[in-house]
Amino acid sequence: MNVSDLVQRAELAVKAGAGGLDAEVTGGYASDLLSAVMANAVEGNVWVTWHAHPNIVAVALLVKLSAIILVAGRQPEDETAEKAEQEGVPILVSSLPAFELVGRLHAMGVAGAT
Amino acid sequence: MKTFWADLHVHTCLSPCGDDRMRPRAMVQQAKQKGLDLIAVCDHNASGNVEAVRQAGRGEGLAVIGGIEVTSEEEVHVLALFDEQQGLRDMQRLIDESLSGENNPDLFGEQLLCDERDAIVGQDTRLLIGATALRVEIVVDSIHHLGGLAIASHVDRESFSILSQLGFVPENLAIDAVEVSPRRSVAQVYAQRPELKAYPAVRSSDAHTLEQIGAVRTGFTAAAPSVRELHRALLGEGGRAVMN
Ligand SMILES: [Zn+2]
Ligand SMILES: [Zn+2]
Repeated sequence: MNVSDLVQRAELAVKAGAGGLDAEVTGGYASDLLSAVMANAVEGNVWVTWHAHPNIVAVALLVKLSAIILVAGRQPEDETAEKAEQEGVPILVSSLPAFELVGRLHAMGVAGAT
Repeated sequence: MKTFWADLHVHTCLSPCGDDRMRPRAMVQQAKQKGLDLIAVCDHNASGNVEAVRQAGRGEGLAVIGGIEVTSEEEVHVLALFDEQQGLRDMQRLIDESLSGENNPDLFGEQLLCDERDAIVGQDTRLLIGATALRVEIVVDSIHHLGGLAIASHVDRESFSILSQLGFVPENLAIDAVEVSPRRSVAQVYAQRPELKAYPAVRSSDAHTLEQIGAVRTGFTAAAPSVRELHRALLGEGGRAVMN
């Protein structure tokens, strides 16, 4: 499954970084501690978070995440969207709260490390 | 010029997690016993006990800096220190406008307001443990705009620190110093995260109980025990310096 499959199936809005929509999704990681994401997320994971701060793009690049999904209709800050656009890191927005979104992603076959 | 020994981060009984015995006189006595010249009172999103501690300190020759430990939208803790009462008041107003919710003392703890003789004179009913709606850059810029000093709290902690919440210090975040908790030395933190060497460091207790006050301290050589002089010492201006 690639990011654009996920966008369609999970009804996500693409807010920036459409250039990265072809990337393969290897699994998922959810956390609002960016330090935890840097330590534990795996290359190709989608990252589910509440954070809209520009640092999320840098973290995504560092870990080579396939996409960032903001929950509960959170919108990326302008600077975040600009950076993501430049770097081709997809920022996707779900209207669902985190727990519900993660449940649906998991049901689609996007799993976390165990 | 003189060397002042400071604990730049102590809570009072106004913080929901602060011990009930963290009252002005008791705190001042403890600070003096530990050989401190200066403490900064920094309650979570609140400053209602600053004046009482300052008055208690006045009689004992302990300088008291007024501060607030602000919780940003990202749940990053930032210390805001002010010389001027007006700056502290304006910072408090900004926080009040962007903090919502009511405290539940049974769940989070009581938020006691005191006078300088340790008597309880009221309770703060706001949800001080909550986060403001202010992003961390706004917090820091506002502190500076109001004439204060912004220090990133306990950068070595695994929660509520700039590194835990945001992974690294954002490029445009103009903090004046990073604070290291008693659990680590400044050298250890600099070794672990070399990029932090771009910021001067202080080491403070983050005391929530009397015994913790002065557990670690920062010395600075300057002309007065003030925020302005501390700032100059952090910058190494005119022979001033900071020791950890
Ligand atoms: Zn803190
Ligand atoms: Zn604290």
